[in-house]
Amino acid sequence: MINRLLVANRGEIACRIMRTCRELGIFSVAVHSDIDRNARHVREADMAVGLGGAKPADSYLRIDAIIEAARQSGCQAIHPGYGFLSENAEFARAIEAAGLILLGPPASAIDAMGSKSAAKALMQEAGVPLVPGYHGADQSLDTFRDEAARIGYPVLLKASAGGGGKGMKVVESELELAEALASAQREARSSFGDERILVEKYLLKPRHIEIQVFADQHGGCIYLNERDCSIQRRHQKVVEEAPAPGLTSALRAAMGEAAVKAAQAIGYVGAGTVEFLLDERGDFFFMEMNTRLQVEHPVTEAITGLDLVAWQIRIAEGEPLPLSQSQVPLNGHAIEVRLYAEDPASGFLPSTGRLELYREPAAGPGRRVDSGVEQGDEVSPFYDPMLAKLIAWGETREVARRRLLQMLGETVIGGLHTNLAFLTRIISHPAFAAAELDTGFIPRHEAQLLPAPEPLPGAFWQVAADAWLATEPPIQRDDDIHSPWTRLNGWRAGLSNSQPLHLSCAGERRRIVPFADHAATAATQYIRQGATLYLQWHHDWLAVRAVDPLAEVQASVAPQGSLTAPMNGNIVRVLVKAGDEVTAGAPLVVLEAMKMEHSIRAPAAGQVRDIFHAEGEMVAEGAVLIDLHSATEAQQRSET
Amino acid sequence: MILNSRISPQSSDFIENAKSMRTLVEELRTLLARIAEGGGAKAQERHLARGKLLPRQRIDTLLDPGSPFLEIGQLAAHDVYDEAVPAAGLIAGIGRVEGVECMILANDATVKGGSYYPLTVKKHLRAQAVANENRLPCIYLVDSGGANLPRQDEVFPDREHFGRIFFNQANMSAQGIPQIAVVMGSCTAGGAYVPAMADEAIMVRNQATIFLAGPPLVKAATGEVVSAEDLGGADVHCRSSGVADHYAENDEHALALARRCIAHLNWRKQGVLNSRETIDPRFPAEDLYGLIPADPKHPLEIREVIARLVDDSAFDEFKALFGTTLVCGFAHLHGYPVAILANNGVLFSESAQKGAHFIELACQRGIPLLFLQNITGFMVGQKYEAGGIAKHGAKLVAAVACARVPKFTVIIGGSFGAGNYGMCGRAYDPRFLWMWPNARIGVMGAEQAAGVLVQVKREQAERHGETFSIDQEQALRQPILDQYEHQGHPYYSSARLWDDGVIDPAQTRDILGLAISAALNAPIEPTRFGVFRM
Repeated sequence: MINRLLVANRGEIACRIMRTCRELGIFSVAVHSDIDRNARHVREADMAVGLGGAKPADSYLRIDAIIEAARQSGCQAIHPGYGFLSENAEFARAIEAAGLILLGPPASAIDAMGSKSAAKALMQEAGVPLVPGYHGADQSLDTFRDEAARIGYPVLLKASAGGGGKGMKVVESELELAEALASAQREARSSFGDERILVEKYLLKPRHIEIQVFADQHGGCIYLNERDCSIQRRHQKVVEEAPAPGLTSALRAAMGEAAVKAAQAIGYVGAGTVEFLLDERGDFFFMEMNTRLQVEHPVTEAITGLDLVAWQIRIAEGEPLPLSQSQVPLNGHAIEVRLYAEDPASGFLPSTGRLELYREPAAGPGRRVDSGVEQGDEVSPFYDPMLAKLIAWGETREVARRRLLQMLGETVIGGLHTNLAFLTRIISHPAFAAAELDTGFIPRHEAQLLPAPEPLPGAFWQVAADAWLATEPPIQRDDDIHSPWTRLNGWRAGLSNSQPLHLSCAGERRRIVPFADHAATAATQYIRQGATLYLQWHHDWLAVRAVDPLAEVQASVAPQGSLTAPMNGNIVRVLVKAGDEVTAGAPLVVLEAMKMEHSIRAPAAGQVRDIFHAEGEMVAEGAVLIDLHSATEAQQRSET
Repeated sequence: MILNSRISPQSSDFIENAKSMRTLVEELRTLLARIAEGGGAKAQERHLARGKLLPRQRIDTLLDPGSPFLEIGQLAAHDVYDEAVPAAGLIAGIGRVEGVECMILANDATVKGGSYYPLTVKKHLRAQAVANENRLPCIYLVDSGGANLPRQDEVFPDREHFGRIFFNQANMSAQGIPQIAVVMGSCTAGGAYVPAMADEAIMVRNQATIFLAGPPLVKAATGEVVSAEDLGGADVHCRSSGVADHYAENDEHALALARRCIAHLNWRKQGVLNSRETIDPRFPAEDLYGLIPADPKHPLEIREVIARLVDDSAFDEFKALFGTTLVCGFAHLHGYPVAILANNGVLFSESAQKGAHFIELACQRGIPLLFLQNITGFMVGQKYEAGGIAKHGAKLVAAVACARVPKFTVIIGGSFGAGNYGMCGRAYDPRFLWMWPNARIGVMGAEQAAGVLVQVKREQAERHGETFSIDQEQALRQPILDQYEHQGHPYYSSARLWDDGVIDPAQTRDILGLAISAALNAPIEPTRFGVFRM
């Protein structure tokens, strides 16, 4: 019996696991890093244990500390969530060695799927379909001709060493093969210094379809239908839904059985996901297996009415699967979106800082929100910047889609950039409504989904000004409490009323004389929070502030030519020292945030005068990193 | 008691009156809008091209968002000089800065370089007087070339001329009324004393200059060649001379600094009134247009006017049955208690006595007085002289003169002769005095004046045994009528600052509310009356 469970994770997934713990009467123990001391998952747990550090390596990835925490808190089991140690075989083995239970597969299964090439070989043996291809050493045209014929056109030539589309060629027929191969080899050589090429079947408009499988400790294994996760941005899932639109029950069964086969081949236990590519012709091919609970598991829960975390616990306790394959329900349709703190306008860079304003959509039938934050929380640069998942269920896909749109419209976020508008544009896109799903969806509709930023229009400023005034707290004097000076807004003697404002938003500023079109304002959602007005504009929440000349002048006093941190982060490398002459574009400092490295480069040639931070230091957004004097500036100085 | 209204908006009189008043209000608003454009589009463009804000933008930026701006003397210098000098080149009015009602004086450099015409000086002094009486902190937005040199005899030497500005600054400061100067342009010679005598002064870099003598005069006097910036720029005065206290990067920054000065005043309003929640009148203000007779000879029922000014149209009369041509009573206006004296016909002895009595009540209780003037004068004739109308009238005039509670006067119709005195004309120091566009002011009515003059001439002629023909009479009458009509017009009055502005009757209530509130910055002082002739 598991009556105390340690959740070795953070954010929404930790909160979600604890919810099931509460329902099952299981005592939940959270672990946390130093900066997560007051995070929501800590607040929601029955008990919390600190792991140290802020970086994952110093906290959530510390196997020994986590096992020690489980021991000390008297837990029998550990749920790893997703990410962090969830697919770490060493962790699984350490848990086993400590006599604890991992709510996950055996270490051997993690190992088996850990290496992609080994996994593919295993699957081939087990009879799970793989993308046909040739990865051999023989690079002769004849070999390629034979292999391509075997695979069937169209085929895709790829650089073995490559990535990012370099050296990739689609070949429609044998006639084009020779030329395409030569060209691909040339590109591969110039790009990677390695001209080896592999050939694979070219999948037409492939969809990402994954099967949720569940296996017990007694050899039982079933599939809980599929999920369609085709809406991706650079291999990052953005929208997930279940069931996959248009999937026939025959195909569902075929894919489900293949997935079960895959799980059984590696002796899988617990919840897992087998990912396939499904091409336009209805052929599907194994991609990989995720040996953990997926981010997108709620859509499966929504259409089956099951609690997968509860299942994980029961199976870990040794129970057999509670349902047979034929008993697995499939009701209605569910769609999930992932709400991220990121800035679509600047290449989806993670956005960090304080969540000044955060309101989730109202609860209601067919609505679910899994989140790990609350208003006032800090989004730090150390962890995945996902804020929440919004899941909508409906009798039909269209009902679910509209419900999700409604939920997105009710979501209020201020203080950080998010992908809220991007998500709304996807869900409201006619092609999405028509379920025209494949992994090329986002690139294909990029113009509409990620429109080029434009200056805020006059209508925006009018609404902002009107809302600003409507929410401006009156200056009430206690020595003259009924004064009309407080009430007669913008009153002028013999002239039109006038309440001019000077507002700033999204780096723009505008002097506005509002003409008080209250109808437009009434149709807009806005929330005033102190000196900031958050206003919903084209599905996004924009922060509007009054121009503060005092603050601006103070800011402009910052040393000329200084370079600032674009976001909160950790300085991982300082590449220059004071006195160095640098050329334009030379990297000066490398900042790590959200597991991504960002180089701070010299905007112009010049001399480094001073460096204000050392490697390993945490810096806040806007912190001055380096004082750089440009060459022209230096020249001007010497002339005067 | 809630006042009833007996007017019929469908009546031909009402429609006729409303049409006539709307025309006057339209004319007024059009004129004020034009005046608000200062020196015109070209001058404004030049001003803006220098990176400066226009004076009205400066005021808007200085004020709290949404603050009203109670402007005074908008029509100053209108049609007075050969050249147009809109608003006399100086915008003045009360607005809220950091929750404090302040008197703001902004030179308009787009109007003749912001130089001081005689009426500019008069307006500046009037604004200071308003600030002084009501204890309003003063903010001077300085951008002026100084005195208008060709008219130096009318702006420099006298008691109420340029020098008085600094006298006032010193004395207001002495009384604890803050004086803040924001130098946003030139500030030369005598003008240099505005910031120099201020409690705190702000200067805008590369834009503001303060010096007793500008570069040309310096060169002429000593041969020294120096740039304006080096002679008296913000760097000089904020870093070396100490003439200014705060260094601003631009207009907006300077105004933010001025706001910060006000935020640190620790300001308390000292006037205490038992105010209550405001209730709108029960009748729309626009009814006033139809109420006011287009023909001034037609009578006006004053209670209909009061019903459209006071809270909930509630008005409790004093001595309703006595001296009925002067209506007196208590009411609330924008939540503040007011004691109203309003003409409802010519003043008789009884009305004057009643008025004096009522003013005593208001002063005893510390309630502001509101005078609604529509008066041709005191009743004339043997019976009335014999009845002592002069001494009864004197009681009213004496009471008005001595009353120390805040007084507010609105001339809604005629303001003639001693009626003007008894009903708190300009000479009786009301805190504010406004005129409606239909109003007329003069020592007597045009007809009466012409009548008197014709009478005198005819008697002269007859004494000399000459005849006095109808033609001669007409030739004498018409110029008098024309002159009185011209000089009795509210624009003529307002241009010369005999009042604080010509206002849209529909705005009267709000103007009074703002004015009473502003007046509460000063304590309501006890009144001591003199000898009343009994």
